[in-house]
Amino acid sequence: MYSFEPNEEQQMLIDAVGKYAENDLRAAAHDAEENREIPKKLISKGWELGLLQASTPESYGGFGERSAVTGALAVEEMAFGDLAGALAVMTPSLFATPILLGGSEEQKQQYLPDIVGGDWAPYTAALIEYAIDFDPTALKTTAKADGDSYILNGEKAFVPFAKDAEAMIVYADLNGVTQGFIVPKNAGGLSVSDEREKLMGLNALPMYRVKLDNVTVPAINRLGGASGHDFDLILSSMRIASAAAAVGLAKASLEYSKDYAKEREVFGVKIAQKQAIAFMLAEMATEIEAIRLLTWEAAWKLDANKEDACAEAYLAFTGACDMAMMVTDRGVQVLGGHGYIREHPVELFMRNGRGFPMLLGLAIV
Amino acid sequence: MSIEFEAPKPVVKMQTVLQTVAENMMRSVSREFDENEHTIPWDYIEFMHTAMRSMGGGSLAPQEEKPKEDAEKRPPIGYQMLAAQIEMLSWGDVGMYLVTPGGGLGAAAVQAAGSPDQKAKFLARFADKKPTFAAMCMTEAGAGSDTSAIRTRAVLDEKTKEWVINGEKIFVTAGDKSFTEYEKSGKGFIVVWASIDPSAGRAGMRAFVIESGTPGVQVTKLEHKMGIRVSDTASISLVDVRVPFENLLGSPTVEKTTKGFKGAMATFDATRPLVAASGIGVARAALEFVKEKLKENGVQIRYGLPRSKLTSVERDVIDMEIMLRSAWLMVLKAVWMADNKKPNALESSMSKVKAGDVTTKITQKVVEILGPLGYSREFLAEKWFRDAKITDIYEGTGQINRLVVARQILGYSGAELR
Repeated sequence: MYSFEPNEEQQMLIDAVGKYAENDLRAAAHDAEENREIPKKLISKGWELGLLQASTPESYGGFGERSAVTGALAVEEMAFGDLAGALAVMTPSLFATPILLGGSEEQKQQYLPDIVGGDWAPYTAALIEYAIDFDPTALKTTAKADGDSYILNGEKAFVPFAKDAEAMIVYADLNGVTQGFIVPKNAGGLSVSDEREKLMGLNALPMYRVKLDNVTVPAINRLGGASGHDFDLILSSMRIASAAAAVGLAKASLEYSKDYAKEREVFGVKIAQKQAIAFMLAEMATEIEAIRLLTWEAAWKLDANKEDACAEAYLAFTGACDMAMMVTDRGVQVLGGHGYIREHPVELFMRNGRGFPMLLGLAIV
Repeated sequence: MSIEFEAPKPVVKMQTVLQTVAENMMRSVSREFDENEHTIPWDYIEFMHTAMRSMGGGSLAPQEEKPKEDAEKRPPIGYQMLAAQIEMLSWGDVGMYLVTPGGGLGAAAVQAAGSPDQKAKFLARFADKKPTFAAMCMTEAGAGSDTSAIRTRAVLDEKTKEWVINGEKIFVTAGDKSFTEYEKSGKGFIVVWASIDPSAGRAGMRAFVIESGTPGVQVTKLEHKMGIRVSDTASISLVDVRVPFENLLGSPTVEKTTKGFKGAMATFDATRPLVAASGIGVARAALEFVKEKLKENGVQIRYGLPRSKLTSVERDVIDMEIMLRSAWLMVLKAVWMADNKKPNALESSMSKVKAGDVTTKITQKVVEILGPLGYSREFLAEKWFRDAKITDIYEGTGQINRLVVARQILGYSGAELR
């Protein structure tokens, strides 16, 4: 059967996350971006919503089952508040969720109860590389088997909270296939840049370069153990999360510019009463809904183990990148000159909106 | 409730059956009927009519739900089924889908605005032995999207209790087959929108059922069109047409409300996603065709690569797939809402906006990618390009639907956002 309504539990989650996103994340977003810092208390409050806990089974310290659909709903709400804040709150998932999806039993036992049961702690992952042709399925960072170990070499970029990370998953090319490796803090040969990444947007989120110079990890640290794991599944979960975040961000831009258009007067009427503005808003709403549904379907297919889930996750993500740019650009345009001023959030939405094509790997459901 | 995307089993079964029909009864003659405008495809019409009758109905319209005692309660899927049927038939040939016998928009208007008696009286005929048509007459030379500008008048003759209708209607889909009686067709009807009180504006708008053969009605012209050529688009003149009192759909008294007009608009809420579905069928035909031709020519689409590594053609194909799938999901949501009796004016119009956009974009892009093969009448791509364009025009242009969407999201009335 088709059905387009979140269930009761999901609705409760949407309401709770939505409230936090609007009252806490959004309220802090401007200063966080300007000061390049998200208050620790804010992150803790978001962590207490229990998104990761709710998608981790009891046997590993959580209280639920992972669902990409539920994850997508939560990420959309979270990103509606502020993208940087949302990514910060969910950073530990970058480490925990791949373990849930592809980790060995030992890896699950070793890491999940601590992460899920504790306060927010900087566990992270390193996927992105600083290259014009960055492609998660053809990484330049390499892993080579060496007896009972793997040796990692390369350079990673945009790694959130890398400076203080307790441990991170580093994705590297192993014989032509992308695989994740658990790299603990203080591993020999691992170095994190002192300088944070300086980006067009997302400045509140502390991100770093990470260098791997003959980093040696035991073979059991390969995600999934000796036989490894299905990277497509992880990549698809990342794509769905990115698409959902794009939907949330775009919705934020639409809602803000819509409210503004209903206030701002021109020639004796509100600008929203002019078709030139009203049609832009109608098209924004239509494109957001289109990608939201595509994202939901991809997530549902992933949950239901459908054969074409990964293909659709790719389509949803690709469509979301364009949609986010189109919508956030118009959000600024609706406000005109005021949209360009940093007092209004639409210019930040737009700067964040261009990030999605390269920000794959900063969120996962 | 939850979020689910599993197509209902009866829908999947129906799609399989209709795909065979589309391939064998439609695609095979698609070109022939396009080249011979206004020829009637009786083979297809009679086949469809027989098939639909054998399944218990004479029309594609959702059957009235009969409450079954003891039966397990299943969620209603009437509109979802209909959308899937229309999509598949339009994948076969959208012009021919438009000449599928049954009620069409005429029956939809009776369904939406008629009393139980009227429904029983006017809709039963579609299950008769001969294929039967019905049409909706709304548009006039001076009233397209602005339906409140309709000049056709209906005046009550107090002595005979008949309505006397005068006016000129254009762009009536299936207007000829609904009004003109052919040897092979049954007695159809047209639903004519007219004002019973011009001073009341939209509040005075009413729909009247006019039986085929009624004196004073004349089919004056069949349009020559860019596409959907097998579907007749008629001009109909009405001169002192006398219609029984009880053929008025809805209330005969004019209150200072726009209820009558809203009846028409409610019809559109139900039919817009269906028109969207039809366009999507055409777009899917075009996209499948171009993918097949690219494959034949050794062009691989490398899914999964970042944007910057894709060729232009790969990007186009991937973009088209995103557009097509997301537009279809919007249709599904709108009809799912209709089935579940949720107000869907917003979703309905959004699905039409999106479908109008993507069907035109996809079919245009396909002709471009195919080059000379796309422009040639040897293949159907150029026909789909011509057929697709109407999706963004009829049942509310893309612009009118944007207006509806904008009013909905802004919470504006028609007066606040003109």
